[in-house]
Amino acid sequence: MAKIEITDLNFYYGDMQALHHIAMSVPDRQITALIGPSGCGKSTFLRCLNRMNDTIPGTRVEGSVLLDGQNIYAPGTNVVDLRRRVGMVFQRPNPFPQSVFDNVAFGPRVLGLTRERDLHELVEESLHRAALWDEVKDDLHQDAQQLSLGQQQRLCIARTIAVEPEVILMDEPCSALDPIATLEIEELMKKLEKEYCILIVTHNMQQAARVSDWTGFFWLGKLVEFDATQTVFTRPSHKLTEDYITGRAG
Amino acid sequence: MDETRQTRGGEFLIESFIRVIGVSSIGFVGLIFLFLLREGIPFFFEVEPGNLLGTRWYPTFDLFGMLPLLLGSVLVTVIAMGIALPLGVATAIFVREVAPNWAREILKPLIEVLAGIPSVVLGFFGMTLIAPLVRETLGVPTGLTAFTGALILAYMALPTIISVAEDALDAVPKSYRDAGLAMGATQWQTIWRVVVPAARSGIVTAMMLGMGRAIGETMAVMMVTGNAARMPLALDSLFQPVRTMTATVAAEMGEVAQGSTHYRALFAIGIILFLLTFVINLAAASTIFKKRRRGGLR
Repeated sequence: MAKIEITDLNFYYGDMQALHHIAMSVPDRQITALIGPSGCGKSTFLRCLNRMNDTIPGTRVEGSVLLDGQNIYAPGTNVVDLRRRVGMVFQRPNPFPQSVFDNVAFGPRVLGLTRERDLHELVEESLHRAALWDEVKDDLHQDAQQLSLGQQQRLCIARTIAVEPEVILMDEPCSALDPIATLEIEELMKKLEKEYCILIVTHNMQQAARVSDWTGFFWLGKLVEFDATQTVFTRPSHKLTEDYITGRAG
Repeated sequence: MDETRQTRGGEFLIESFIRVIGVSSIGFVGLIFLFLLREGIPFFFEVEPGNLLGTRWYPTFDLFGMLPLLLGSVLVTVIAMGIALPLGVATAIFVREVAPNWAREILKPLIEVLAGIPSVVLGFFGMTLIAPLVRETLGVPTGLTAFTGALILAYMALPTIISVAEDALDAVPKSYRDAGLAMGATQWQTIWRVVVPAARSGIVTAMMLGMGRAIGETMAVMMVTGNAARMPLALDSLFQPVRTMTATVAAEMGEVAQGSTHYRALFAIGIILFLLTFVINLAAASTIFKKRRRGGLR
């Protein structure tokens, strides 16, 4: 069964409809890439999956998003709990202006974990899994914002996995990074894929082709094509997809 | 060619004009300070230190103990800040983080208007409404007490604290809030663990500016504190009359013989006040400066 099952999802910013009848099945423990030109709705779609769009006034959602069979838009859904299960990594690395340790410990502390020893263990493990431990282990109390951008982004990933989510949403996680840092994040994603359901929005075709198992192509708020990455990049079933991938459209 | 020279000439004129204005306003402040020093410094040589540090302020008997006044100012200011700081920060958080947009649009200008109420009006308000209230609820002989003064001062410092703290919260990038919420923190957890710590230096600045406003305030304080120059050291002195440095200067300056020791004593109080506010503002400025420098790296 799919980890996330999206059916007939419409999304509106005020009167402007940003997403039209999106339907998609996102498999667990695989990477799903969302591609498409700027403003096509892929980031909006991603933010529908952890209800981050709720924080923008004047927005409206129709349709259903089932996470393990539960509609996250059903009345009475605990949004705080949902966001713990569905973590998010943002486009620009956004560590808090606090120490490396406090950044990773933020989520566990919010959940009520206070024993210093447990926190230490969890922080170390999360930093290991985010492939950052070796670079920061000497000074966990340095200001997180003094790290390089690539390190900051891996710190944000460590912070996200510290609360043991089931799904990780990544909104163009590499667009602010240099090629080496980008490669590091991609390797990390391949590693994390074994434990999490990962969705990534990217502008980088090669990145989608390199890391993802499934690819969805968005165009003007519609999901034009959704298939195995191999298929989308070699034998796309829509002319528009082919044009976009080869750089003739978008 | 001609035209360029003309523009250059005009440019030069305007530049010098602005420079003269800027330099002279700094100069005037300097002159005021010099005047204050000239009138006040001799006092410290005229009166022996024992008298100066005494506990009795009776200028007619040549007793110039400044401690009761200094402690009076400190007591009223500290209590006022103790009231105003939590209230101000909480209000700032409410206005910036919790209130819906339309409420914020109404509240912000309203709070700024509060800052413009003349202090004599607040003093009047304190005298006729707050003082009787304090007297009756606490059962003290007079409502004109240090506590009444602190209440009025807290009220006066609030608009400054709220608007500066609100600006500080506003300057916290949305991405921090998003990150907090996306981690599964509640709105309150995000505010308390992410936004407020990130705005800390601005909140400290708000506190300093509010304090500077409180310690320098004269009229309202003079009207509601009762103006008895006694040492506020007893446990209940908060609910008894005190006299602040500012009120002393304002009350006595009109009756003093120019050039007398008493006259110089009032200027000496002015110097002490000046130094106090200077230190507070310096502390506020240094936190702002620190924040800027850190901001420069990003």
